[in-house]
Amino acid sequence: MDGLFTLIVSYLRQLARQSVHVYRKDMLVEWRSPSRFLGVLFFAFALIFMVAFASNTTDVMRRQAGGSIWIGLLLASTRSLDQSFAAEMEHGALEGQVLWPVAPPAIFFGKAFANASILFVVGLVLTPFALALFDVTPRGSLLELGAFLFFGSTALAAPGTLLTAITSQARGSSVLLPLLMFPLVVPILMAAAKGTSLVLLPDVMDQSTAWLVALIVFNVIHWPLSALLFGPVVEGGTH
Amino acid sequence: MADSPPGLVIDDLARRYGRRWAVARISFQVAPGVACQVTGPNGSGKSTLLRCIATALRPHHGAARLDGKDIWAWRRTMRRDIAFLSHDSRLYEDLSAKDNLQSWARLGGYSANVDALIERVGLDPKRDDPVRMFSAGMRRRLALSIALMKQPKLLLLDEPFAALDPQGRALVIDVIREICATNAVVLMATHHPEEAAAACDQHVRLESGRQVVA
Repeated sequence: MDGLFTLIVSYLRQLARQSVHVYRKDMLVEWRSPSRFLGVLFFAFALIFMVAFASNTTDVMRRQAGGSIWIGLLLASTRSLDQSFAAEMEHGALEGQVLWPVAPPAIFFGKAFANASILFVVGLVLTPFALALFDVTPRGSLLELGAFLFFGSTALAAPGTLLTAITSQARGSSVLLPLLMFPLVVPILMAAAKGTSLVLLPDVMDQSTAWLVALIVFNVIHWPLSALLFGPVVEGGTH
Repeated sequence: MADSPPGLVIDDLARRYGRRWAVARISFQVAPGVACQVTGPNGSGKSTLLRCIATALRPHHGAARLDGKDIWAWRRTMRRDIAFLSHDSRLYEDLSAKDNLQSWARLGGYSANVDALIERVGLDPKRDDPVRMFSAGMRRRLALSIALMKQPKLLLLDEPFAALDPQGRALVIDVIREICATNAVVLMATHHPEEAAAACDQHVRLESGRQVVA
């Protein structure tokens, strides 16, 4: 029993170490080519602008603020996810990682957390801009708003990374990804948008915590499930 | 399995794409410390054979064994000791040569001297340049240094001379000799048998996925 416990601890330690190295490498690639991050950010900005201009009155705009932030983040996430795998597929680096002594879940955790980090930073930059544009002053705490951005980003990144791994090996990956991803992330988007709106507007029934818990539950389901499925997906080409 | 001799044993290995057999029932052995070249026209199955041995493809029949162990069955552990220089360079365009090597070393937990590896393949002056500025030959050299990082028991080289200048080709020959001196096995697919003969003691020829000479 002790032997099994030691084995599990040793595996988890190795998994954590490898995940950190995949994350570090992905963030280094992003750092060395900031045009990708900026492209995603401006794409999200443009979407927010369009929603704001399409709104009739200030009151409607205010109520749309939370949802608009998440529409911007969702659409920007497809660009970001697609580009993160483009760097892997360009010279067969993903296959190289599969053939390297790295556990596939470690590749998943590293890449998914890198994608979540980028999305979170885009959200952090986008939100103050959106609040100013939609003329909203948050009624809830900024910490809670940050929690929605963080858990919403991680909840989008986990299934997004898995689905991008699937579509990146197919033709027309940039078209396929939204088709597969959007139906799957609708509940996440609803929880994130509703929760963010409740932080921005008066939350008379104190519901925002429940939506935050729902987002955390989505994370608890999606992260381990996607990590388990990632191995067969990236090794699928070998069969 | 216990009766399998040391080194690389290819035992009745076959792989198909759809209904077409790309590699059909190939069998040969390469002893430790020996380099073997695999030749044949385009589409003869050289790359498929190497990819099966590298565990990038699962054989549909037969097996490849290294020191008695079925490579596919033990792929999770065997990948630590098998290095594969494929057509793809596995490089990240926006990272420098040094960043690329460091990333791969950290990922695999290899304590390789990255600077020495870069120097070994003659890219010392370009170590901090982004790979996107490299020529095809320089990328090939860098990819070779990633393969060498593993200090492999089995080195698989798919067209290693492609895009290389005469110095680069001489480097590949030197590397093969060095690897063989560590009692490892080298298997190389090539269209340059005369050049490869300088380092290879054994020759396997494939035609239409079938073995012609062993």
